[in-house]
Amino acid sequence: MDLIGALGKGLGKDNVALTTVSAIVNWARLSALWPMTFGLACCAIEMMATGASRFDWDRLGLIPRATPRQSDCMIVAGTVTHKMAIRIKTLYDQMPEPKYVISMGSCANNGGPYWQYGYHVVKGVDQIIPVDVYVPGCPPRPEALLYGIMALQDRIREKSLLDDPREGRPRPAAASQPAGRMVEMAG
Amino acid sequence: MSAASIIERLAAHLGLEEGSFDSDAEAKDPWVRVPGDRLLAAAEFLKTDPELDFDTLHCVSGVDWPGDDPPAVEVVYHLTSLSKKHWIVLKTRVPREGASLPTLETVWKAANWHERETYDLFGVRFEGHSDLRRILLPADWPGHPLLRDWEWPETWHKIPVKPGRQMTERAEGGQMTGVGPFD
Repeated sequence: MDLIGALGKGLGKDNVALTTVSAIVNWARLSALWPMTFGLACCAIEMMATGASRFDWDRLGLIPRATPRQSDCMIVAGTVTHKMAIRIKTLYDQMPEPKYVISMGSCANNGGPYWQYGYHVVKGVDQIIPVDVYVPGCPPRPEALLYGIMALQDRIREKSLLDDPREGRPRPAAASQPAGRMVEMAG
Repeated sequence: MSAASIIERLAAHLGLEEGSFDSDAEAKDPWVRVPGDRLLAAAEFLKTDPELDFDTLHCVSGVDWPGDDPPAVEVVYHLTSLSKKHWIVLKTRVPREGASLPTLETVWKAANWHERETYDLFGVRFEGHSDLRRILLPADWPGHPLLRDWEWPETWHKIPVKPGRQMTERAEGGQMTGVGPFD
């Protein structure tokens, strides 16, 4: 959504624009998603390619930040081992609201090739943190990740300021739900 | 030096009689199995003998033999001499209960991390190791997962370890996961 689109609720003669606060805030939020510099496995290579010049996610306003305190988007790019899972949970908890999670690749989606015999791999990062968008692939191509980012932007655009940011967010099993709870599909 | 003469030289040094130990000089990776209490002597000889000069330890791995009597864990050392251009595999079996071997860290520094890995996954304790902690798995992980009778915990820190029924349905359903926004 461009700015004129966000202001499109009414543009008067005297350069007075009328819009909803939600539309303007959503526009600001989705135009500057700052992901955390954070890669777990081979998906991170594709994520780096997405950030580099050929695909250039800077066009969508994404600037990687080196600290969770400045990030509002976490791209879980790669295999989530149990050892890493508790670190991911800590990093997620350190991010300020509103925050979003993109699960990138089969491993982060559901354990991928480690589904059956990978005792060390969490069967989907949604077991520990809520996920907004799942991007399939092993690893996903940069186009797929860009599509996932745009799907996340669409989700943000539908939000209202009156909404509880946690509402509708699937809650992970490890937090309070029984193990293996069905998680609603995002997007 | 040929594999057969390496094995012969090692056996002569250790005083092992012909037929009292297993070896195969014809295998692609020629190997020799020494008793656990002669392991350190064998390693030191292989490293320091000028004719053998095994200067490189590639890896330390483990094999579980639950069918042995008593059940045993085998530890396998892959060695190469870069100067002499020959190689040998050194094996040793220890009983699985309280499995323990002398560390070879003092002979090849590379053994440090490899032995930590073997300890992590097979539970073999390397006596004299300077820092015998788990290297890959979390410090509070239950058991040693590459032992064949290791049992999966249900959860670890409240995170399910086994794929649950609902998770399986979700995966088999296809549309719930792995397909993301593309439906």
